[in-house]
Amino acid sequence: MAVANKESALWRVAKDPVSRRKLLAVTGGSTALAAFLAACGSDSDSTTTMATSGGGGKSGTEKFGKGDVGILNYALTLEYLETAFYADVVKSGLFKGSDLETIRKFGSEEAEHVTALTGFVKQLGGKPAPKPKTEFPLKSAKSVLELAATVENLGAAAYLGQAPYIKGASVLSAALSIHSVEGRHAAALNTLLGESITPDGAFAKAAPASEVLKSVEPFIVG
Amino acid sequence: MSDQILVQPELADVHIDVDSDDLSRSEVILKGALAAGAVYGAVMVGPFVGRALAMSESGDVGILNFALTLEYLESTFYREAKTRAKASGDLKSLIELVGRDEDEHVGALTETIKKLGGKPVAEPKFDFPYSNTAGFLKLAQTFEDTGVSAYNGAAPQIKSKEVLEAAGSIVQVEARHAAAIRLQNGEEPSPVAFDPALPEAKVLKAVEPFIA
Repeated sequence: MAVANKESALWRVAKDPVSRRKLLAVTGGSTALAAFLAACGSDSDSTTTMATSGGGGKSGTEKFGKGDVGILNYALTLEYLETAFYADVVKSGLFKGSDLETIRKFGSEEAEHVTALTGFVKQLGGKPAPKPKTEFPLKSAKSVLELAATVENLGAAAYLGQAPYIKGASVLSAALSIHSVEGRHAAALNTLLGESITPDGAFAKAAPASEVLKSVEPFIVG
Repeated sequence: MSDQILVQPELADVHIDVDSDDLSRSEVILKGALAAGAVYGAVMVGPFVGRALAMSESGDVGILNFALTLEYLESTFYREAKTRAKASGDLKSLIELVGRDEDEHVGALTETIKKLGGKPVAEPKFDFPYSNTAGFLKLAQTFEDTGVSAYNGAAPQIKSKEVLEAAGSIVQVEARHAAAIRLQNGEEPSPVAFDPALPEAKVLKAVEPFIA
């Protein structure tokens, strides 16, 4: 409920163009993120055909395990990252009241994804990926919010990128179910920042694993 | 249905009509999906749709036609809302944005069905039960949540990887719409971490009346 509150301090900052420019300067410091954002630029030609990259080739998640286990472990790594990020944000003291509640809620949903994905990997006889050590730049409420939006938009694109490679129907169902939750988080954060809820237009873009992993590299320290 | 306590009663009052006599399978499934949503809540729509599409054995074209029927519903809903919802400010812009996206989904699904050698379903007529901004917003939220659940339920039935990826790129946009509309309603953008899995027996019970 918290996010909708347009009277919140966060919302006012988000709507202020000066703060927005400052924030862009801050987040521009991360080259990987900047590169990712450029790669995901909204250059959709809005045609009426459903352009796809197809499901051929490799998922790019082989280093996390074979087949669906690899994909699930890749997703698990990203969910660990998101969970740790929100936990750090809660601890940072940058947010209060309803904004803090929203962050807690998103964080708890990511933690549920971690649990579910871990269970799935085990069910398939795989070994769950280890929790990565992470570090995030938490300078101001505004920059944190922008980073959160970037991470969630990236997460949604990452799930979309894996969907065509998933073999098991129940794994696909679970991944799709998480995918749309990531999309909801992304849109809510974009709304707070005064950004478009659908930055890719009417058709969301998928991100390949290589691109996603490169983007999150700066936050993984061990 | 009138004896039952409805979780999402507004769905029970949505009417879908076609000009021709032969009600298409897609419309039957959509009517069933809305009924399942009315009785059990939007979370039931996905399992219902997945089961119904699996039973209808109409392949990717059938699934795309179901999606097209759903997008026709949404597209008509937002087109009407531009005047009927009496919206202003942020909500007015949101209605325009979402409406544009749904129109693009209709166009893309129509083209894709043709490309696969199928025949796109005709646009049904819809009747939406609301009379003010609040009523519009309530229905919009239910439709978007229903849409997300429906696509998530349908997607695992898709055979072609290309069609699956395309459906995925649409459902993410529906999820984004759902979050934005929920914020307008002062509701949590993502009420649950997952679409809950429902027992097969419950799903079958809901599906049976609608699938001949």
